[in-house]
Amino acid sequence: MIELVTGPIDTQNILAQVTSPEAGAVVLFLGTTRQFTSGRETASLDYECYHDMALAKLAELEAEARTKWPIVHCAIVHRTGHVGLGEASVAVAVSTAHRSAAFEAGQWLIDTLKHVVPIWKKENWSDGTSQWVHPGLEVPKEIRSEP
Amino acid sequence: MKLNVKLFAAARQLAGADQLAVDLPEGSTVSDLRYRLAMEHPDLAPLLPHVLFAIGSEYVGDSKPLADAMELACIPPVSGG
Repeated sequence: MIELVTGPIDTQNILAQVTSPEAGAVVLFLGTTRQFTSGRETASLDYECYHDMALAKLAELEAEARTKWPIVHCAIVHRTGHVGLGEASVAVAVSTAHRSAAFEAGQWLIDTLKHVVPIWKKENWSDGTSQWVHPGLEVPKEIRSEP
Repeated sequence: MKLNVKLFAAARQLAGADQLAVDLPEGSTVSDLRYRLAMEHPDLAPLLPHVLFAIGSEYVGDSKPLADAMELACIPPVSGG
């Protein structure tokens, strides 16, 4: 199951999707909005994506993971738009016969997602400024706040 | 040839537009597009050395030849998750 959603991620539905009598292990990873990053306070996040390419890349990730581990079911759901503190922006769930493969596949999926899927996060800081996050890039000063 | 480039995140914000029309000579590549965008949109210039380009749902390298009416996406370093 690959989805981009604009509202809260339904984790119970995701678990129902990946649970199977063939699987002895289900791993669910949630990426959630953290309040403090290096001492700076986040009020909320906004995510945007290149929709069709993001779906295609997520599907490629699932297909590649299935070549690496004996996955029974896999679900990757990413939320876009406004995400409040403590809420989940991404869910990765994997079921496998035994737990080690589920942990490894889940870790690989979220790590790789963060490098290749065209989705971007904007930090809305508690001081009222906002900043797009582009890892490895010193974001020019003039784009540090957006109305 | 005329191309359309979709912009996202800081690229969209810097350019003040979610897409840009670009006119390039026949035989141009992604590398030429990168250079032209920097010339025509100085606000975008600091970001351009760090972006990838995609056609459809595939990332393409700088040597990729471009064709008339192509639609590309300018992909700044991603930060999903």
